[in-house]
Amino acid sequence: MKEIIKFSAKTVNLPNEDIDTDQIIPARFLTRQTMVGIGECLFADWRFNKSGEPNQDFILNQPVASDAEILVAGNNFGCGSSREHAPWSLVDYGFRAIVSTSFADIFKNNSLKNGLIPIVVDSEIHQWLFKHPGTKLIVDLKNTEITLENGNSVSFPIEPFARYCLMNGVDQLDYILNHDSEISAYENKQQ
Amino acid sequence: MQTAPKTLFDKIWEQHVVVPETEDTPAILYIDLHLIHEVTTPQAFSLLRENNLKVRAPQKVLATMDHSTPTVPIGSLKDLDIVSEKGPAQQIRDMMQNCEDFGIELYGFDSKRRGIVHIIGPELGATQPGKTIVCGDSHTSTHGAFGALAFGIGTTEVAHVLATQCLLQRKPKTLAVNLNGRLDKGVSAKDIILKIIGQIGVDGGTGHAIEYRGDTVAYLTLEQRMTICNMSIEAGARAGLFAPDQATIEYLHGRPMSPKGVEWDRALRVWKELKTDAAALFNQEVDIDVAALTPMITFGTNPGMVMPIESIIPDHKGNQSFKKALDYMKFESGKPLLNHPIDVVFIGSCTNSRLSDLRDAAKILKGRKVAENIRVMIVPGSQSVKTEAEAEGLDKIFKEAGAEWRESGCSMCIGMNGDTVGSGKLAVSTSNRNFEGRQGSGSRTILASPKTAAASAITGSVQDPRKFEN
Repeated sequence: MKEIIKFSAKTVNLPNEDIDTDQIIPARFLTRQTMVGIGECLFADWRFNKSGEPNQDFILNQPVASDAEILVAGNNFGCGSSREHAPWSLVDYGFRAIVSTSFADIFKNNSLKNGLIPIVVDSEIHQWLFKHPGTKLIVDLKNTEITLENGNSVSFPIEPFARYCLMNGVDQLDYILNHDSEISAYENKQQ
Repeated sequence: MQTAPKTLFDKIWEQHVVVPETEDTPAILYIDLHLIHEVTTPQAFSLLRENNLKVRAPQKVLATMDHSTPTVPIGSLKDLDIVSEKGPAQQIRDMMQNCEDFGIELYGFDSKRRGIVHIIGPELGATQPGKTIVCGDSHTSTHGAFGALAFGIGTTEVAHVLATQCLLQRKPKTLAVNLNGRLDKGVSAKDIILKIIGQIGVDGGTGHAIEYRGDTVAYLTLEQRMTICNMSIEAGARAGLFAPDQATIEYLHGRPMSPKGVEWDRALRVWKELKTDAAALFNQEVDIDVAALTPMITFGTNPGMVMPIESIIPDHKGNQSFKKALDYMKFESGKPLLNHPIDVVFIGSCTNSRLSDLRDAAKILKGRKVAENIRVMIVPGSQSVKTEAEAEGLDKIFKEAGAEWRESGCSMCIGMNGDTVGSGKLAVSTSNRNFEGRQGSGSRTILASPKTAAASAITGSVQDPRKFEN
């Protein structure tokens, strides 16, 4: 896992509320066996029309979205299906963080395991971001804060262990495997 | 020393803590039962292979194939390529290989016990009170109906559980949903959960485990409780639970994987303790008047956009997401949906494909015909449900009415292998999600109970099942 400490990136706005993981990646793409290239399925039914041509009305197909690596989305992003294909497709497409006022639990968990940072902001910051499309944000995991282009910094909540793993490139599976003796002790006690 | 009063959730949680939670680290939580299927496991098995890891406890894994399996009958695996799309067929073959390589018993195509993972777990008696149960599927919350702590996980976590039988978890908060009164005629468990989601919102349960309580519980069968727990995730909740009671015990008695003999007696003693202490507090409480409920239908593109069947579609009040949802559905604020023409009826999914659901539908469809130009697809939740339904002659009732009767699987709920509603078409569906394109690209979905779906099949329009209940 690559270490993530601090980065600066451009935003793109998708203000729809309750964007579910079926929109992020429709079920027909879940037969993919690997994560490489899965970004082409991201928001497939919004990005492409029925004949497979890019839908120019959709924000990710517009010039303002070029080079954007932070998605600013409406409330309750990532609800619905537990498919990890959702963060995989966002990451493969090029996103490094999602900003919203809230995230669905499973999506948030899945994102943190894939180097995609879910950033919860209050509605005031959220609205400011919507009013400033394509603005630059500095995401700082060390200080758990984002800095807006106007110089304002606000802290964001992040589960401390997930943050540690992201900053140090630690695989969470290795951490559990290191507790093998405790797991065995638990199993023996249950028998 | 007196211990603090605990909720049912607290008790199950504490019994499974391998390493306690600290400020810096989540708890390491032991998982008793891991359900797996073909769609969310391939990358997890790859991860095990890359790291040269084994499955720690193959006997605690229950594997089946449901999401992308075809629901037309196939005699043998050779037929798979004829009836299945290429991607799903490959996924099915990979699942067989993965289970073989890692020593996991698979309820595959040749198994009479195959079915939707959340249907077969309870049916086999693998789902039991007090267990921690996970699956790479958000509707794992279903198993909470038995007083188990059950929740959906991602594929990376599937790998964690395969390799360690454990998960890293922060303890969620608790939400009590108090259900009061008895269901009226023509009203179903599905209507209860749709009402709850409408009331608390699609994120009302985020970060919480729900316990369903109140005097209604005593009147609910385990199958009804499963329908309610199943859609807890649609309110954003991590899990939904009912405390086990006599009905739970009766359901589990004699099931293939239920404890036997002295083990059964021991289990009963343990299960009796699985209830919330009288003085225990929840982080939040919500009250639902079940007696006042009427059949519920959704009108938008998430399960929280729901109303009583006799109502008119609410005003969007300038909310752009709400407006976008109505545009997608081709519906208008201020208009009713009752008698609105439909194209498809789907009765199935992990929410509503158990025997009682099929009986509900059959009672209404018996001796009647589905409307012309309507496609009605009925998909049992498991091969066992299929066999039982056929033994009662339900399949005949469905076929005589003009409905399709299929093999088990997730089918049109997820639309992964040809079972789709069709672009632009409108379905009344007993499934759990009315998201844009959920039932296939361009599909439009109205969620409802099996009774409402069956009534709608007859008239070819959104219909109140109370019209057909005597």
